[in-house]
Amino acid sequence: MTEAPSKPTSGSFPTTRAEGCPFDPAVGYTELREKDPIARVECPAGIDAWLVTRYDDVRTVLSSPGLSSAVPVMGHANSEVDLTQAGTPGSIIQSDGEAHSRLRRLLTSEFTVKRIQALRPYIQQLIDDHIDAMLASDEPADLVRDFALPIPSLVICELLGVAYEDRDQFQRQSAILTSVDVAPEVSAQANGEIQQFVAQLVVSKMQAPTDDLISRLITRANESGQPLSVQELVVLALSLLVAGHETTANMIALSTVALLRNPDQLEELRANPDLVPSAVEEMLRYLSVVQFGLFRAITEDIPLGDETLRAGEWLVTSLASGNRDTSVFPDADSLDLKRKASAHLAFGYGAHQCLGQQLARVELQQVFSTLFTRIPTLRLAVPFEDLKFKDNTLVYGVRSLPVAWDART
Amino acid sequence: MRVSIDEDGCVGAGQCVLAAPDVFDQRDEDGIVVLLDKEPGEHLHEATREAALLCPALVIHLAE
Ligand code: HEM
Ligand code: SF4
Repeated sequence: MTEAPSKPTSGSFPTTRAEGCPFDPAVGYTELREKDPIARVECPAGIDAWLVTRYDDVRTVLSSPGLSSAVPVMGHANSEVDLTQAGTPGSIIQSDGEAHSRLRRLLTSEFTVKRIQALRPYIQQLIDDHIDAMLASDEPADLVRDFALPIPSLVICELLGVAYEDRDQFQRQSAILTSVDVAPEVSAQANGEIQQFVAQLVVSKMQAPTDDLISRLITRANESGQPLSVQELVVLALSLLVAGHETTANMIALSTVALLRNPDQLEELRANPDLVPSAVEEMLRYLSVVQFGLFRAITEDIPLGDETLRAGEWLVTSLASGNRDTSVFPDADSLDLKRKASAHLAFGYGAHQCLGQQLARVELQQVFSTLFTRIPTLRLAVPFEDLKFKDNTLVYGVRSLPVAWDART
Repeated sequence: MRVSIDEDGCVGAGQCVLAAPDVFDQRDEDGIVVLLDKEPGEHLHEATREAALLCPALVIHLAE
């Protein structure tokens, strides 16, 4: 590692959103994009890093060679993380080069557009069942607990081939893992239990394969001549759970809040169901739930704009900021469901771009073509100002979402 | 317009299939891109450009 003379830091990594603006990224990005688009900042983890904030630069740098993902996820934004620890071995998100493409290629066939389309009826059924249950219940509804969390979790159960009788337990534990309100012991225990659960699942599929992702993955790896170890399979299955549950759940709940706060947009969506696919892209762009961007280690010098990012330095690309770049998305700070937003960065860019994006799209599309049709009078059951948001977790969202509707008379 | 793809770099994100289903598909076995139409007609040009723009691995090349 050479002591490269990098430009001095100009400030801190932005982490604080403006009071009363829960949909806008942390304060500071607009100015950075204008004045210092390739900045050096001090991060909460106690390191200095390059911070790239313009759309074009984010894409350019995320598709450059010379970056490593073998770093703790959100390592820059977490003051408690140990940056000397490389990523988890066998994790697709934290692997590089050949090791990464091997894992990715073993999984891509499970997430093709065609394959995910085939899940649409199952997803629709889940959505309908959960709406029925909310409508039938006498308890006050929390859209996070009753709808946004269970649906993506059950979709992953279906994908992984979790037996029906085990799904409640799986769901309870993964809900604990995504909660910010539980004690560390409780979350550590849920984490241990879910690891064990997934390990048992993997072993059972090795012994008696069924028609599901894990079983097919085992066969595919065996046929490639490089079988996956139990440990690797467990890590892969867990990363699908981690990557696919919280992200989608937060998008469902937060998008609902955004629509309720933009009634004119909601009206348009209701009036024109064909708008759903583009509306989903726009909500992904506008909300950019992977709120602290993507963290990478720089392994080879990368020229970018007027700067050279040097090997041995850290890099953060802000997806949220790139998604508000007005040179690509005019009037970027407003939600406009008719906008052509599909080139957004919410799923990242480059070789690690979200593997589950087609699944996330189908889930969100089915949710937003159903929710406000089945519950037309859906509204917040508390003042908007009382909602609490997840300001310091990897994935942004609303903590709970009390909702109400008019009873049918 | 002539389209070429570099299969080796494809990461199977499926963006091309969503943008231009008449031009691109994904192999069932491994999710890797398949070029259905090397010289798409005029009416497919915009969608094909969109696919090339969206591809996160930059493996769709257009010669116009
Ligand atoms: C709206 C929901 C989602 C969002 C916003 C999202 C966002 C992202 C982002 C930004 C990345 C890139 C990480 C990086 O480059 O370091 C990523 C990767 C990934 N996502 Fe998603 N995701 C979502 C849903 C899903 C779902 C439903 C699944 C699957 C069940 C999934 C599985 C993955 C996997 C496996 C990766 C790692 C890919 C790789 O490293 O090659 N995601 N996601
Ligand atoms: S968009 Fe690019 S990476 Fe994704 S499937 Fe098509 S060619 Fe492959």
